[in-house]
Amino acid sequence: MRHTLTRSLDRSATTFLLIVAGAGILLPLSNLLLPASSPLHVPTYVMTLFGKYVCYAVLALSIDLIWGYCGILSLGHGAFFALGGYAMGMYLMRQIGPRGVYADPVLPDFMVFLNWKTLPWYWYGFDMFWFAILMVVLVPSLLAFCFGWLAFRSRVTGVYFSIITQAMTYALLLAFFRNDFGFGGNNGLTDFKDLLGFNVQASGTRAALFATSCLLLALSFLMCRAVVRSKLGKILIAIRDAESRTRFLGYRVESYKLFVFTLSACIAGLAGALYVPQVGIINPSEFAPGNSIEAVIWVAVGGRGTLVGAALGAVVVNYAKTLFTSGALAPYWLFMLGALFILVTLLLPKGLVGTWYAWREGRQRAALSLDADSAAFEDSGVKPHMAE
Amino acid sequence: MTWKAAANAAFRFFRRGIAVPFNSTIRRCIARLLKQASAIAALAIVACTTIHAQATSFDDAVALFAARSFADSEQAVGQLQISGNPQAYSIISALRDGRLYADDDTKKVFIKAADGKITDAATGQPVATMPDVAGVVRLNNRLRRTVEAALGNLTLLSPDVTTRLQAAQSVFKNHDSAALPLVDAALKTETNETVKRALAVARAAIVLFKSDASEAEKLDAVAAVKARGDQEALALLSSLPGDLSPAVARGATSAMASIKSNLALWSTVQDAWYGISLGSVLLLAAIGLAITFGVMGVINMAHGEMVMLGAYTTFVVQDAIRTYQPAMFNYSLLIAVPLAFLVAGIIGVLVERTIIRFLYGRPLETLLATWGLSLVLQQAVRTIFGPNNREVGNPSWMSGAFELGQITITYNRLWILCFSLAAFTILLAMLRYTRLGLEMRAVTQNRRMAASMGIATSRVDALTFGLGSGIAGIAGVALSQIDNVSPNLGQSYIIDSFMVVVFGGVGNLWGTLVGAFTLGIANKFLEPVAGAVLGKIAILVLIILFIQKRPRGLFALKGRAVDA
Repeated sequence: MRHTLTRSLDRSATTFLLIVAGAGILLPLSNLLLPASSPLHVPTYVMTLFGKYVCYAVLALSIDLIWGYCGILSLGHGAFFALGGYAMGMYLMRQIGPRGVYADPVLPDFMVFLNWKTLPWYWYGFDMFWFAILMVVLVPSLLAFCFGWLAFRSRVTGVYFSIITQAMTYALLLAFFRNDFGFGGNNGLTDFKDLLGFNVQASGTRAALFATSCLLLALSFLMCRAVVRSKLGKILIAIRDAESRTRFLGYRVESYKLFVFTLSACIAGLAGALYVPQVGIINPSEFAPGNSIEAVIWVAVGGRGTLVGAALGAVVVNYAKTLFTSGALAPYWLFMLGALFILVTLLLPKGLVGTWYAWREGRQRAALSLDADSAAFEDSGVKPHMAE
Repeated sequence: MTWKAAANAAFRFFRRGIAVPFNSTIRRCIARLLKQASAIAALAIVACTTIHAQATSFDDAVALFAARSFADSEQAVGQLQISGNPQAYSIISALRDGRLYADDDTKKVFIKAADGKITDAATGQPVATMPDVAGVVRLNNRLRRTVEAALGNLTLLSPDVTTRLQAAQSVFKNHDSAALPLVDAALKTETNETVKRALAVARAAIVLFKSDASEAEKLDAVAAVKARGDQEALALLSSLPGDLSPAVARGATSAMASIKSNLALWSTVQDAWYGISLGSVLLLAAIGLAITFGVMGVINMAHGEMVMLGAYTTFVVQDAIRTYQPAMFNYSLLIAVPLAFLVAGIIGVLVERTIIRFLYGRPLETLLATWGLSLVLQQAVRTIFGPNNREVGNPSWMSGAFELGQITITYNRLWILCFSLAAFTILLAMLRYTRLGLEMRAVTQNRRMAASMGIATSRVDALTFGLGSGIAGIAGVALSQIDNVSPNLGQSYIIDSFMVVVFGGVGNLWGTLVGAFTLGIANKFLEPVAGAVLGKIAILVLIILFIQKRPRGLFALKGRAVDA
């Protein structure tokens, strides 16, 4: 029984990786090599759009890792995503150099506009790519570590934790809205020019960014999978299902939680860093509590605790969002989204992928018991054994 | 000028300056006479001796306008100002508005009212027509300034209390020594205590800036300004000229120091009041949440939307009243409160029966489902009422403000404080003394035991959720008075309300009360120090740190059932 379950997971994981790899290779190739007239040509904007979805999928993976496997519902994961995005945005701002509207060689436009004379200390180093990437990983992880350490240590769990994470992202939202905070205030960071010397608007760069996003998705997936399938992952699941019992068995629950929370924040930060050059802007609205909750619903739609489902949910929901918000149905999108929240939690608690697994498992189990029944029927006298 | 006009002017002056027998309300005058016998007697002597001179000087002054020169007009304005004649104000204001006409030949001056009616300037009597030769009395900038100052001073004698008070304030601010005789005259006749105080302070301000006033007078003046003790008094004292005698300068400095410390105290009181006011709003928003969370362990993310529904109910009620029964407008809130309770409460019960019932024991899923519900409700309201702010008016008993010492308290804030405390008390009493309250407490403490004792827990859940939502609805009625009624109204309160509940702890309404007022006051005290946004961030950080010490809030329930 267990064997078949593992095999089905394996099969879906392989399929998932194949799809991601295929998309990551074929879409950029079609965009760059095929002529625009070809029916198979993928326009740059579509590729960028899907690049955005892929980044969302990575964010969803990071949420699934903590919510699906450890039962930590973070309503502030958008904050880590946005922080990673801001770190990347700062790098991109520094790359503009003297090409800004005010042509200041060092200061970004908004600082010149605010009449600042020197670069604030926390902007130092962001002219170097490696430093920016380091910050993309470090800043969200550090915040998650400090926050998680405080929260888990005092055993803030369940809805309490959800609420204070929401308060955290709300506080960051307020802070980043301030002009004197030094991150562009209301307008955020935008008008990017170069990434590693390549024009961010060019199709080639877009294609490379898309491929990188797919690579990040694949790598994060493998990493999360490695975590949840290890012994550590089993303990995480134990914590999810019975936290007190796990504690009484001698595990330091808070350390496990802290580890997985920090890892998750780090993945979310990376997703944000790839998101920003593709959409071309990062502003404080990314911190809005609503965004983080929306990311949670992607996971719920896809199926929590399945990893594949989280990524799938992110793409499906966001594709639907693009579809609905651009047409005549725009006023109904929020009804749809709201209904999605309610219906998924009520009728589809396992999500799309989880339900699919359950259905397959049920069928296999039925087949097994049918076999056993027929065996019992043929070989009467031996009591039929149910699987497991 | 005719004898009749002169007599008329004299008569009017007589009647205005010293109210004696001609006045129809003789009894009031007698009372006033008895009260201020000495003052009036003194003034009467002065008035009687100068009455003829004044009357003629008034008429001469009016006639000066006919000379049509700026210098003469200015002189006329100056004389009119000190004449104390009731016509003076309308003449000078007519001059300002270009409605004053003069006839060179007869030396008669006319006022043309805004509606075209003509009156004789000197007598105030209506006149059928104006001679054709009469022309507008012109102004230049210099004259205009004189006119403005004169008008400011003249309103000291206006029959309207507010106008007099404002005039006294303006004299206090510009402390023009020319106004001194007028202020003195006004002080003598003034009966309203507030205006009298304002006039005394205005007089003190003039004396302080008058170079030829004696030192004793100036010291008295400093004391009077110190007694006023507000920001303006401080500004006046700090702008005093440098050539003061040492004693006066010392007095002024010490007065300034005492005003400053007094003001600091009042500003603390003001912050505390703002904090209490914010706390009452938070209490209203959070109290329903505390009930649903405390009793059912359900996080209702759509709670803010219940508040919003209450606010929109108020809007609908007011709209209906404006259309059908405008006279009832002052009662609109009294009608809106029960209606909002019903609307939000019924929607709450429906939500509980159709959604939340199926999610018990899965708090995180409840959170998501209610968030979805909040999106749906918001969008529904947006579709029905539009995305813009809706106008919800204050009934007359909730608008306006009063002064308490140096702080201003608006009536709507005060009413909301009373209202939230009343709601809290009623709820507390309900939990304590009614059967439903008893059942709710039982379910909070131990759901399974309560069920075993025969309490229909699911019915209690539905009613509790309805109650919590209903209270959110009446919170919406209150919030509609101080906030914009828009589909996003609820969202701005939801995080704050959660903070209150988390801080105060669940299962105990006192925790919510203490939590709401603590957060409200802390917020308002941090605001001047750190700014509004940083103050809010600081509060959030403090709450996160506070949870370290008390993970389940200030007033946590104790016992085995809590962790379930």
